[in-house]
Amino acid sequence: MGEFIDLVLLAMLALTALRIIFLKDLFAVVMLFGIYSFLSALIFVNLDAVDVAFTEASVGAGISTVLMLGTLALTGRKEKENTHSSILPLLVVCITGAALIYGTLDMPPFGHPDNPVHEHVAPRYIEESPKEIGLPNMVTSVLASYRGFDTLGETVVVFAAAIGVLALLGTGRKEDDEAPESGLKSHHVLHVVAKIIIPLTILFALYVQFHGDFGPGGGFQAGVIAAAAFILYTLVFGLSKSMDVIGPKFLQFMASFGVLLYASVGLYSMYKGGQFLDYSKLAVDPVAGQHYGIIIIELGVGITVFAAMLSIFYAFSSQAERSNIQ
Amino acid sequence: MTEIYAAVCIGILVVMGVALARAYSAPTVYDRILGVNMFGTKTVLFIAVGGFLTGRPDFLDIAIVYALINFIGMVAVLRFFEYTAPIE
Amino acid sequence: MFILDIVSSVLLIAGVFFGLSGAIGLFKLPDFFTRVHAASVTDSIAAILIIVGLLLQTSFDLNTAKLLFILTFLMITSPTSSHALAKSARHGGLLTLPEEKEKQQEQTH
Repeated sequence: MGEFIDLVLLAMLALTALRIIFLKDLFAVVMLFGIYSFLSALIFVNLDAVDVAFTEASVGAGISTVLMLGTLALTGRKEKENTHSSILPLLVVCITGAALIYGTLDMPPFGHPDNPVHEHVAPRYIEESPKEIGLPNMVTSVLASYRGFDTLGETVVVFAAAIGVLALLGTGRKEDDEAPESGLKSHHVLHVVAKIIIPLTILFALYVQFHGDFGPGGGFQAGVIAAAAFILYTLVFGLSKSMDVIGPKFLQFMASFGVLLYASVGLYSMYKGGQFLDYSKLAVDPVAGQHYGIIIIELGVGITVFAAMLSIFYAFSSQAERSNIQ
Repeated sequence: MTEIYAAVCIGILVVMGVALARAYSAPTVYDRILGVNMFGTKTVLFIAVGGFLTGRPDFLDIAIVYALINFIGMVAVLRFFEYTAPIE
Repeated sequence: MFILDIVSSVLLIAGVFFGLSGAIGLFKLPDFFTRVHAASVTDSIAAILIIVGLLLQTSFDLNTAKLLFILTFLMITSPTSSHALAKSARHGGLLTLPEEKEKQQEQTH
């Protein structure tokens, strides 16, 4: 049954990809990319990788679609016609693909219990993680504690992406003169429903943030979901009202604060006599120290991701509004 | 009970396939949006039933995220239409 | 708990039946606004039946609360999405089938 579902989902994925290639209307392509993201997340769920599916669903189908639509509002909607023939690129791609497939023929069968990947690293984590860290969700313990330095790098990458977008597009300053009212003016039903949905979404984001130790979730997913709630508010009520709630300056402060929080946990554990990001030194009992460390750094990751996503959306949205007003 | 879950899973997969076909070949652009929206909500049901099929109902968190993201995506698409008119 | 299993199965199969009928309607119906009706059938009645069928299978724990949350959320947002889509299509100038036929008749006269 599992393999059958996998086959059907992969077939749908391939068909979607083929359809995306042959479509010239970029808006339809954005919609089909949303479907592609949903399908990838379903495949991840089928492979038991629940945390990855979470992130793929929230980032790929949510934030990416919104940002690409914001870009389409600035550029045109039709793709430019191809002027050169595609025989040579097709040949290059086929040869490269054949080489890659030939390379994978030497790999061990998928999911076999005797694979080398199951022999050394994975059993060590699975056996030692309950004793050293004691969290039910082993993905969080690997992500936040064993590979905590990598996660610090990821958080800094998200922060750098936000800085890059802000440097290119501007921060979307709050206009002092009265800009024309944006947002979905005449959709009164959406106004009421959005007021119901947004608090529930923020509550759910907090649940995902703090429940990440016990089930799927964590800082990254929680930040994206909270940003999606504020994006919904901006879409329905307008950019100026949303900037009254959370201004761009405050978002920049939050983004840097998250990264600093993460790094200062590492520095504090160095001050206490351990290595950088060694959470066992944070409390008298090493396991309790691990718990404290993981909660605080997940909070840092969540704050940075939330601020970064919302800043990027503000930058796109104010650009679109400026070009719309002219 | 697992046979019923399997049959329901296959049924929802068929509905998802039909929604996908509608998103591929749509007479108007709004039909495409309709197909994508329906695909998203059927995915929520598919995860819920699939979680019960495999005996791991912890997947319901992902179902909640899908429902949320589907709604926000729809609102973003409609906002996009307020800026630009459809081509057809 | 055999009676619970039977009731659950009936609800689930009925949900799938309504989903399939909505899916068939998505292709067979002639006009966009009628297709919105077909899609919203799958979003409302099929979703309710399937989720209530699953609710009867849980023991009274966190999963029950999550399923109820999903149901509430779907009930609030799916009709809103259909309404917003239809309103947006109307503002975009999409005509219903009788209005199109009227316009064609006026053009040929």
